Amino acid sequence: MPKHVTPLMDELEKGPWPSFVSDLKRQAEKNPQCWDIVGQMELSYKDKMTHWKHGGIVGVFGYGGGIVGRYSDVPAQFPGVAHFHTVRLNQPSSKFYRTDLLRKLCDLWEKHGSGMTNFHGSTGDLVLLGTRTEELEPLFYELTHELNWDLGGSGSNLRTPSCCLGKARCEWSCYDTQAACYGMTMKYQDEIHRPAFPYKFKFKFSGCANDCVAALARSDLSAIGTWRDQIRINQAEVKNYISGANKPNGGGVPGKTGFDIQKEVIALCPTGCMWMEGDTLKIDDAECTRCMHCLNVMPKALRPGLDQGASIMMGAKAPILDGAQLGTLIVPFIKMNPDGEFEELVEVIEKCWDWWMENGKNRERLGESIQRVGLPTFLRVMEIEALPQHVKEPRSNPYVFWRDEEVPGGFERDVKEFRKKHAQ
Amino acid sequence: MGYDPQNPMKDRITDIGPPHYEKMFPQVIKDNYGKWLYHEIIQPGVLKHVSESGAECYTVRVGSARLLSLEFIREVCDIADKHCDGVVRWTTRNNIEFMVDAEAKVKPLLADLAGRGNRFPVGGTGASVSNVVHTQGWIHCHTPATDASGVVKAVMDELFDHFTHMDLPAKCKLALACCLNMCGAVHCSDIAILGVHRKPPMVDHEAITGLCELPLAIAACPLGAIKPATVKLDSGAEVKSVKINADRCMFCGNCYTMCPALPLADPEGSGIAILVGGKVSNTRSGPAFSKLVIPFLPNTPPRWPETVAAVKNILETWAKHANKYERVGEWAARIGWERFFELCNIPFTDKSIDDYRLAYDTWRTTTQFKFTSHIK
Repeated sequence: MPKHVTPLMDELEKGPWPSFVSDLKRQAEKNPQCWDIVGQMELSYKDKMTHWKHGGIVGVFGYGGGIVGRYSDVPAQFPGVAHFHTVRLNQPSSKFYRTDLLRKLCDLWEKHGSGMTNFHGSTGDLVLLGTRTEELEPLFYELTHELNWDLGGSGSNLRTPSCCLGKARCEWSCYDTQAACYGMTMKYQDEIHRPAFPYKFKFKFSGCANDCVAALARSDLSAIGTWRDQIRINQAEVKNYISGANKPNGGGVPGKTGFDIQKEVIALCPTGCMWMEGDTLKIDDAECTRCMHCLNVMPKALRPGLDQGASIMMGAKAPILDGAQLGTLIVPFIKMNPDGEFEELVEVIEKCWDWWMENGKNRERLGESIQRVGLPTFLRVMEIEALPQHVKEPRSNPYVFWRDEEVPGGFERDVKEFRKKHAQ
Repeated sequence: MGYDPQNPMKDRITDIGPPHYEKMFPQVIKDNYGKWLYHEIIQPGVLKHVSESGAECYTVRVGSARLLSLEFIREVCDIADKHCDGVVRWTTRNNIEFMVDAEAKVKPLLADLAGRGNRFPVGGTGASVSNVVHTQGWIHCHTPATDASGVVKAVMDELFDHFTHMDLPAKCKLALACCLNMCGAVHCSDIAILGVHRKPPMVDHEAITGLCELPLAIAACPLGAIKPATVKLDSGAEVKSVKINADRCMFCGNCYTMCPALPLADPEGSGIAILVGGKVSNTRSGPAFSKLVIPFLPNTPPRWPETVAAVKNILETWAKHANKYERVGEWAARIGWERFFELCNIPFTDKSIDDYRLAYDTWRTTTQFKFTSHIK
């Protein structure tokens, strides 16, 4: 039986999209604190304001992250949500789950928490939503002992890495994103669980430039799959697209008219590196920037080249504080070799961290640190030669920070000698 | 055995990471890892992947509310056990994917899903609106300027047919973040709904001493709008506190994140801004930020009619005018933003003109580049 009268919440039970309100009410039959979630939410809908307080520090022994504290600011009215802490579980790479594991997780969370979850948090964690401080240690014990499962990151640490589904079910993935994500997650458990950074640091792994985990938009370090040889062309399948036997975009963008390779592929290529010779498709691969459009439109005919690896972009973040940044290209190409434990990637990561942990300011994301010192300085830190690939265009101001050692004779001069020739 | 509260560190297990992904795979994924040849979308929400081996994987994509109960997850498990050999996956955009290894298994799965009320809408593939990446809002967050789950529900109820049909020029990614912290990373979405504040923080002088480190609160402001001040309380006592220069405040809320004695949410002051034209993928034009086109809409729970109408208007105006494959931002860039405002009938205001700072726009922010002789 509902504990509170909630006409505003009830309105959100109507309509064709799944209703989180109906779902909360369903769970409330088993976990009565869910009635208080609905009740407090109704109050927020009346007041047009949140009723959650700043968190405070809660966690499990030995970890500095993974749990986020949350308390109601109206606990007398809604005692079921007085404490309502979040537990972040590190999701399996690319979020495949066996149901036996999920069912065990359901039993665990029914016992120790509210029964509500997020599948998933934006960073990728499986989020358990709402529990009391005294439940945290027993929950963690059972999670690690019975489910062999660990917490994710929160605070100024390495946040839980995430990846696209890669080679598991995609024809475009240019490296093994799951292996990279899992490998780095395991290698850097300490950095995930014990905050030692100036601020948060995010890894994301996308297998191609379509970037299905939005790595380039939000991760301090993203590895985005690419290739440096030739797009593989199956000319017979190209003809099948032209004849209409194959549906462009796998049928995902139904057109009103028939497929026009000139209009839909060649004219939309950002570098103009494709053309038809008779009924044969030609690509000048040296001019291709691997944007993926032609592969997306003709997946049966075009495949990524075979010399595959990743481009490393760094410094992406949301707007707080100095404005949003996209990842900036830092390393144009590395091989992503699972057998070599991704050693080229690890070298990039650790060179960056060594510098950033020393030089990053409190609550300064990597992208902001790079802005502060300048990209040329950061490239020197990374021991990467400046390349035209690092910029969209050369700078338009002349304020070059020449260094002492770059100018013959250095910066030290004698003004008295100068005055001997040049009167005041 | 089990947990012993008297001895919490006994037998402690730490740093074991997540379950290994390979243990989670269904057989068809395990057998064809790295061997996929191409895919097709055989109907909205149903993908067919074909392997070099000839094996096929059919995926049924289902939208979800993201905020999920255990009872619902158990229902998902029941479906996966019945049809999918006990495996299910979630996508980055909060969709559930049920996979089967033969076409004959698709129909019974779809029929089962359709028989479960409105809980399992099939769609979100190809040229459709995506499920909405979103944040917590009033369900669980302390800094929001708007709700998340309720706004998403209201918007998706209205755009439902565009989720279940591929009737748009290209994919359209929707996202909502309930404040400028943007846990939902809405800054690169085709259409973004963003919670914003419009009133400077209040200063709780009575509480600030116990709650905040004043230097951190002062340093939190990117525009130097917070200054130290000595304030006399009603009791007559003098305390060290801060004062806010309202003219400098850009309502980012970073001070409140650092100092709970500086609340800024307000029923009338806080609401929603709409940003459009962002993109993450490197296809054609490369990644781009979303741009602010509507600076403020009020919070009007439970259904946010102004926000729903604004999103629908932009989506449908784009759908009517854009070329095939053209994302919202590519369309706006081609026709020019002045034409965008005109066609969408959105009033342009000075709020859409940037007066913040950021000058890194000559750095390369795309994976598009050429392997010229510079790269060794």
